[in-house]
Amino acid sequence: MYKIVRAQELTTNIYLFEVEAKRAAKSCLPGQFVIVRTDEDSERIPLTISDYDREKGTITIVVQTIGAGTMAMANLKAGDAFHDFVGPLGQPSEFCSENLEELKQKKIIFVAGGLGTAPVYPQVKWLHENGVDADVIIGAKTKDLLIYEEDMKKVAANVYPTTDDGSYGRSGMVTTTLKDLVEKEGKQYDICVAIGPMIMMKFVCLTTKELNLKTIVSMNPIMVDGTGMCGACRLTVGGEVKFACVDGPEFDGHLVDFDQAMKRQQMYKTAEGRALLKQQEGDTHHGGCGHCGGDK
Amino acid sequence: MDVLKKVPVREQDPKVRATNFDEVCLGYNKEEAMEEASRCINCKNAQCVKGCPVSINIPGFIEQVKEGNIEAAYQVISESSALPAVCGRVCPQESQCEGKCIRGIKGEPVSIGKLERFVADWASENGIKPAVSAEKKNKKVAVIGSGPAGLTCAGDLAKMGYDVTIFEALHEAGGVLVYGIPEFRLPKTDVVAKEIENVKSLGVKIETNVVIGKSTTIDELMEEGFEAVFIGSGAGLPKFMGIPGEQANGVFSANEYLTRSNLMKAFKEDSSTPIMRGQKVAVVGGGNVAMDAARTALRLGAEVHIVYRRSEEELPARVEEVHHAKEEGIIFDLLTNPVEILSNEDGWVSGIKCVKMELGEPDASGRRRPVVIEGSEFVIDVDTVIMSLGTSPNPLISSTTKGLDINKYKCIVAQENGQTTKEGVFAGGDAVTGAATVILAMGAGKEAAKGIDEYLSNK
Repeated sequence: MYKIVRAQELTTNIYLFEVEAKRAAKSCLPGQFVIVRTDEDSERIPLTISDYDREKGTITIVVQTIGAGTMAMANLKAGDAFHDFVGPLGQPSEFCSENLEELKQKKIIFVAGGLGTAPVYPQVKWLHENGVDADVIIGAKTKDLLIYEEDMKKVAANVYPTTDDGSYGRSGMVTTTLKDLVEKEGKQYDICVAIGPMIMMKFVCLTTKELNLKTIVSMNPIMVDGTGMCGACRLTVGGEVKFACVDGPEFDGHLVDFDQAMKRQQMYKTAEGRALLKQQEGDTHHGGCGHCGGDK
Repeated sequence: MDVLKKVPVREQDPKVRATNFDEVCLGYNKEEAMEEASRCINCKNAQCVKGCPVSINIPGFIEQVKEGNIEAAYQVISESSALPAVCGRVCPQESQCEGKCIRGIKGEPVSIGKLERFVADWASENGIKPAVSAEKKNKKVAVIGSGPAGLTCAGDLAKMGYDVTIFEALHEAGGVLVYGIPEFRLPKTDVVAKEIENVKSLGVKIETNVVIGKSTTIDELMEEGFEAVFIGSGAGLPKFMGIPGEQANGVFSANEYLTRSNLMKAFKEDSSTPIMRGQKVAVVGGGNVAMDAARTALRLGAEVHIVYRRSEEELPARVEEVHHAKEEGIIFDLLTNPVEILSNEDGWVSGIKCVKMELGEPDASGRRRPVVIEGSEFVIDVDTVIMSLGTSPNPLISSTTKGLDINKYKCIVAQENGQTTKEGVFAGGDAVTGAATVILAMGAGKEAAKGIDEYLSNK
């Protein structure tokens, strides 16, 4: 059993858990993920690591309730425990193994969308601790749904909150903010890291292709074991088949076949499930499912 | 009774079992077992033992069954095997012990597998446990992977008095016994879980949710105080064909399909893990795993086709598995090879385009090479395709362990006693040989336990 030392509702339907997992906390790096099961008979749910504390031996994960499995998690409190918690899985972010002096010369922009803001945080924090400053665009549908803003401000050079409805920060889509920063505000970036709903990552990549800006995305496809055993998470990247669990989860966004990935995301979604999703997600649903038309 | 024939074993009716996940073979009762045991002529120079990868004293345990001393029979088996209830069910006895049985020269061999199964089940029902070693050696050994190789190696080392911890990547111990082989061939709660409990009763500790190479490494384990390590991490990586359309929705590796059904219990209606319940399923491949996937899909309500590029004679699956599959209504499309998977506009599988094959000259494997018949393209309408083309070892461990050599097939290089190119590190089972059988992995685990004992005794 893996004890929850902190549980917090960050905003509607988004929950944070800090979990005791000594082995994983000792060896994990930004970009990696864990697989979690609430109970003895629960589904295995992959979640990208949102923070870690090597001394306390804890890992933080952030969950959005979208199905029965994540709904069950929402009821957990500090002192409760996850039945299973395994990781770290996948490859760390590319910059973790780069030459630090070269890295310090680079200008990095992160584009975080909704729940994807949580896994961006440990990356920006790692860079900050290693003397690298990065800018972060945090996108959400509306002000109340924005997460991690205060934490991010402590570790980022500049944070640009962006809301679809203009209720806070800049108004519009994250892609508009990114374009404005580069084209109108004289910002120069060498690399972009985009984490969020697949549809957002797809559009960020379309924008950065125009800007000729290399872009890394973090894919979160359907998975079972997370160790390369089943192939459920396979993606086409640059014409080659890759397993997100062992080859990723981060890939060169300009090479990812997003349309195929979004279709594969639908595999176990029934019409009924989609209706439930729309009802539960309500305003937070950006159409990232690629199927409901919410993005069109 | 006809002494030339095996005492028949009771099975579920094919029509009934095609709709449930209960075990197909019902096994012998005590009377049937004693009657079958009486067919053994207790050869002085027993060939059957030579056919057994873990060298069970087969005439020895059968003698006890003959007399009705089932507990004594169990202790004879457990001297050599940690998993008799599993082996009695999934070993290819026809090519091992039973294949060498003298009775088999004129008539049918003694039904050694079914007798082993009866003895193990009887012991489990009557709460009999294997004997525990009294002497402790105070030396720690780490075993990576809780499949047949790891469990056997751990059990043997514990019996020798070592302090053994198994590290398992998944949330449940058992390896291929829990994620790969279906319930209807190998019941998980009544058989696998109990055998694992028996291994634990020998003093073996099992830590689940630890991925060696990620959560920790072999070098770190050695720093933690483990003096030797056994790698029994299996061959878990699925192969795909590399044909167009393979990324369509509804194309699965057999590993994924079986893991969902077996480990995650997706065959149950109330399971929290989903599985695609297709109407018409094509399983590509002809091995035991293909039969398992096909028979699982059938039980989930589909019409199932095995698509295999050679002929029936070359099917790598056990004859018993092919026989059971046919009885249950699996359709065999032999000498047929997929060239493309077709899908509809939403990305779902709508069919599988195949070509007809004919057998040509023998290839490197000695089997006749299948050759495409020109212009023979045709489409089988299916909504699900399961690729069962074999598996290869996972590079997670070899790529994170300095000094551990692998060959071109990603298999770990090891000597017969399991010794790898890294000191104190042993390996065996599918991680070394590539995908093979449960019993061969157990045999390798056993040899490695001897190798580790020798290494630690001389250290």
